[in-house]
Amino acid sequence: MEGPLAIVVGILIATGVYLMLARDLLHYLFGLVLISNAANLAIFIAGRLTRAAPPLVPKGLEVPPMPIANPLPQALILTAIVIGFGLLAFALALIAQAYKVLGTLDVDTMRIAEPAAPKRKRKP
Amino acid sequence: MSWLLALPFLLPIATALATFPARGRGSLCGIISVLGCVLMLGVAISIVALVEISGPTAVQMGEWTAPFGITLVADRLSAIMLLISALVGLCVSLYSLSDIDDCRIKLGFHSFFQLLLAGVCGSFITGDLFNLYVWFEVMLIASFALLVLGGDRIQLDGGVKYVALNLVSTLLMLTSIGMIYGLTGTLNMAQLHISLASVDNPVAISALAVLFICAFGIKAAIFPLFFWLPASYHAPPVAVTAVFAGLLTKVGVYALIRTFTLIFPTDLGFTHNILLGAALLTMLTGVLGAAAQYEFRKILAFHIISQIGFLVLGLALNSPLALAGSVFYMVHNIVAKTNLFLISGTAQRLTGGYELNEIGGIYKASPLLSIFFFIAAFSLAGFPPLSGFWAKLLLLKASLDQAAYLVAAVALITGALTLFSMSKIWAEVFWKGHPKGYCSSLYALPRKERFQRLLPVALLALITLGLGLVPEPFIDYSLDAASELLEPKGYLDAVLGSESAQYTGNH
Repeated sequence: MEGPLAIVVGILIATGVYLMLARDLLHYLFGLVLISNAANLAIFIAGRLTRAAPPLVPKGLEVPPMPIANPLPQALILTAIVIGFGLLAFALALIAQAYKVLGTLDVDTMRIAEPAAPKRKRKP
Repeated sequence: MSWLLALPFLLPIATALATFPARGRGSLCGIISVLGCVLMLGVAISIVALVEISGPTAVQMGEWTAPFGITLVADRLSAIMLLISALVGLCVSLYSLSDIDDCRIKLGFHSFFQLLLAGVCGSFITGDLFNLYVWFEVMLIASFALLVLGGDRIQLDGGVKYVALNLVSTLLMLTSIGMIYGLTGTLNMAQLHISLASVDNPVAISALAVLFICAFGIKAAIFPLFFWLPASYHAPPVAVTAVFAGLLTKVGVYALIRTFTLIFPTDLGFTHNILLGAALLTMLTGVLGAAAQYEFRKILAFHIISQIGFLVLGLALNSPLALAGSVFYMVHNIVAKTNLFLISGTAQRLTGGYELNEIGGIYKASPLLSIFFFIAAFSLAGFPPLSGFWAKLLLLKASLDQAAYLVAAVALITGALTLFSMSKIWAEVFWKGHPKGYCSSLYALPRKERFQRLLPVALLALITLGLGLVPEPFIDYSLDAASELLEPKGYLDAVLGSESAQYTGNH
């Protein structure tokens, strides 16, 4: 199962990078979304894929009697999904606001913070 | 005692929660924020004392023992970073009382500021890689909010670039954490030190090391990953820029130092060569970029980059003296850099701008501010007997000890060019007359504002002077911190219990 999933991760990252190379900020953001999903999937695979029971220890026992799935990567991914959701939601809101105020999403024309040629007045 | 190590992030979060409902009433909100920072300074001092007395100290959160639960660890490096962050927090929160306008305070400036401090301090104190990621994100989202708070055109423009590039670093960090978990089955940094040594897969380890360099390198703004920094740091109000300049990039450098002394085997030659090359190019590009700028804050922003090069240089040289140099440099640089930005804000208040050729005349109007700038700026350039001189001296001595003459030459050239930029600011902003002749004096400001603007600047300048005039205890402390980093047995024992001794024999 690792093989196909690894290929899926590869495709997600390739698509994401392709989108991020665009000039349009919205494409960039969609690329980031894809790559963030790819990262989560990679953590999931890194935690070993097994067909096993849920990681619950029956009452009265110290150790589960059968092989169980590794719960840690799932906990990590849940955390990462929540954080990623927050960050990407913020980024989307920022891009929307930037479009409203600056009137463009083409990164080549967004030069307010870094003017192309700084005015250099000679000293009198 | 166990709660003490959790306080560095619990306290700012509590302060953030307390300031949020009070944000409508500006002065109350500011007082809460400053009080929180004072308490935070107390906590940081007690952690430094604790580590000094009993060595590296660890606490397991929720009583889950070490490799499984989340561990908080304080060693000398963490402790001094906490102390200096608390100090910067206090100074900037005091300064922000007069620098941040009511509109931004109503939008929750103080809450975001405290959350930023929580993220920074959490990153310094955690002993778990995934937890480090979480604190990085707390810091990042707070910095996003601070950067665009108020929503000026220039802020949005800079903010978009900052957000876009920092999200990439986040994803890289997350991926590399996933990979290192797949390789070793643990994320506890002390356990990783032991587990990674027994992984027989040098290719995977090298790839991981490079991924971590990229992830933390973007945060730390090393060459060639620094482009978000000069694009955004001059956009927000100067109090925000000051705290960013002081702390954010240094968290990246801290993470690099922690990762490459504790987790990855230190004899991994080629990563240190990458770091060395990156450090030299960072120093040069930063300082050359600054030489081309004619705006007060942009010059300072480029100098942040060049100083990051020095910090990474100490790590790359990887000797006790070089690491001690890095630690000392970090403390010196955080203090001097924050101070320079605070001074630039007051200079703008007095002269009405940031463009060097549109302002001037401060030396005549308010010599006191000029003296503070002189101390901070010439310390940054490495003038004896100021703190930057000792910091550069340690790194130079370390590079000459290893016969790395090219490194020493680049460091000296960078120092000379830093001096050029600082003299440029000195001559244009302080010495020459104001082109329109209306530079106001500090005494024209309302008394309260004068106090709020000058006290933090004076405090930071005094620390720079103190570090420079009495360097010995601080250099000793840095040497101790460096030897702890290179011989992490105390750290491992504190985290994993003394049975870790049996594993370390494998190294």
